[in-house]
Amino acid sequence: MYKKKENTIRWIFTILAFSSLFFLVGITITLFISAWPAFQEIGLFEFILGREWYPTYDPPDFGIFPLIMASFLVTIGAAIICVPLGLGSALFINELASQQQKALLKPIIEILASIPSIVYGFFGMVVVAPYLQKLLQIPVGQTAFTGSLLLGIMATPTVCSISEDALSFVPNSFREASLALGANRWQTLTKVTIPAAGSGISTGIILGMSRAIGETMTVLMVTGGAAIIPTSFFQPVRPMTSTIAAEMGEAVVGSTHYHALFAIGLILFLITLIFNIIAELISRRYRLKLGLGR
Amino acid sequence: MNKKVKQNLGFLLLFLCILTTVIFLGLILYFIIIRGYSVLSYEFLTQVPKKSMTAGGVAPAIVGTFYLTLGAMIFSLPLGVACAIYLSEYSPQSFIINIIRISINNLAGVPSVVFGLFGLAVFVKYFGFGVSLLSGSLTLGIMVLPSIISAAQEALTAVPQSYREASLALGATLWETIKRIVLPTAFPGILTGIILSIGRVAGETAPIMFTAATFYMRGYPNSIFSEVMALPYHIYALMTEGVHPEVQTRIAYGCTLILLILVLSMSTLAIILRQRQRSRTYYGT
Repeated sequence: MYKKKENTIRWIFTILAFSSLFFLVGITITLFISAWPAFQEIGLFEFILGREWYPTYDPPDFGIFPLIMASFLVTIGAAIICVPLGLGSALFINELASQQQKALLKPIIEILASIPSIVYGFFGMVVVAPYLQKLLQIPVGQTAFTGSLLLGIMATPTVCSISEDALSFVPNSFREASLALGANRWQTLTKVTIPAAGSGISTGIILGMSRAIGETMTVLMVTGGAAIIPTSFFQPVRPMTSTIAAEMGEAVVGSTHYHALFAIGLILFLITLIFNIIAELISRRYRLKLGLGR
Repeated sequence: MNKKVKQNLGFLLLFLCILTTVIFLGLILYFIIIRGYSVLSYEFLTQVPKKSMTAGGVAPAIVGTFYLTLGAMIFSLPLGVACAIYLSEYSPQSFIINIIRISINNLAGVPSVVFGLFGLAVFVKYFGFGVSLLSGSLTLGIMVLPSIISAAQEALTAVPQSYREASLALGATLWETIKRIVLPTAFPGILTGIILSIGRVAGETAPIMFTAATFYMRGYPNSIFSEVMALPYHIYALMTEGVHPEVQTRIAYGCTLILLILVLSMSTLAIILRQRQRSRTYYGT
């Protein structure tokens, strides 16, 4: 009697536990099915490498190369900002800050991480973009640079908290050995602690970039939206995420445009999947290296 | 260069990094609070929008965000906690743990707009729920599932093994032990995770854009199949649609401030709860 009940409960939990896998597979299949007609009608290579995105023209053009370039441009710009800020903050919190400073700074980083992306987008639209427009004397303030700046700040807490975790896993004996050899704190930091936490830090950077490339609302509101291959940081661009968000409302269900937007979603999904798998592989190697893995 | 000078410069650089980060946070809060404060009033919080969004309040958006968040939690909370219980209490083989862990990590990395596409294709179109509270809640629920699982798992792992052993030794079955001993002990930790997730769900825009949200409603949603207004989407719509940009920007400041207050009070509450648990919980040795 008891045994039967226990087994039933065990089975229920087992099935529910696979829900994440179920949803992940479900998302993949749904995207493939909904994107398939687009690849059929446009052609995979024309779709990915095509240089014109005019979905509402007659005849329409569905080339997402400019959108992919825009996504990468904005993400690289964000990385240039979030890597030094996030890593520097993590190093400060973990290596230099006193107990009280730590108790103050860690919640601040966490609060920064919990601000919704729409708030960054709104702030970028009403404060940052007009300010940059005036400061740099450019025709519009909504540019790839504005997007990078805001995404960079958004991704900083991700990079910071994962790097901080990695740094706190570095055994103190490493630092003590280096100090005992006569190295000062800065030398210990750059030559011992950072290399030891290296793979953890790279995981943080990759996940930060993955967050930046998939971010929607901020880029939608501050990058302007011109679907041209970017030639400079200071011009409006249209990344993949904002294309989906901006055009899904007007695309007719079942049209090539509708399926093409799903195809963009699929490519975006695959890019972030690759980012996450790389992060996963690095962090596994790193756990083994420090003897934390099983 | 002198060793000492180099060290001081390096430390200064690190200090500047964290200072910049904190200053940015300060700037965002400063602008939103200063400009949003004057918009907030009792009327703004409790009235429905009037005169094509230029007057009245944003109460339906606040209510909509509340419903969406509640719906997402009703869906993802039991599922997430069950998954965490399985992973930490039923100790399956390590390859199963790995499969589940990898799917959780990857699900956590899926861009929010992709969840929106999934919700649109599956809930709105395939199941025929339409653009509705139900579709939006389910989409948000799937999105937030990974964070609930990891929070619950962390809380369950923190329960000392001796508690379980004591219960099992008294003749309780595994399920009785989980129900009576493990879950109550882990509850505060799980609660902290839930509060953080609530903050995240309330602020998400992209997943509800095509699944639940609408710009303008005269009243309140009356069933799970009706469209809803939501604060984050409302901010976006105010800034991109409509014909009175100046008035709408003002209202958007008010909405952003309400959203920030909601989300930040959630995360602050979670931080405080966690610190209190850490200082108070004494599991003995």
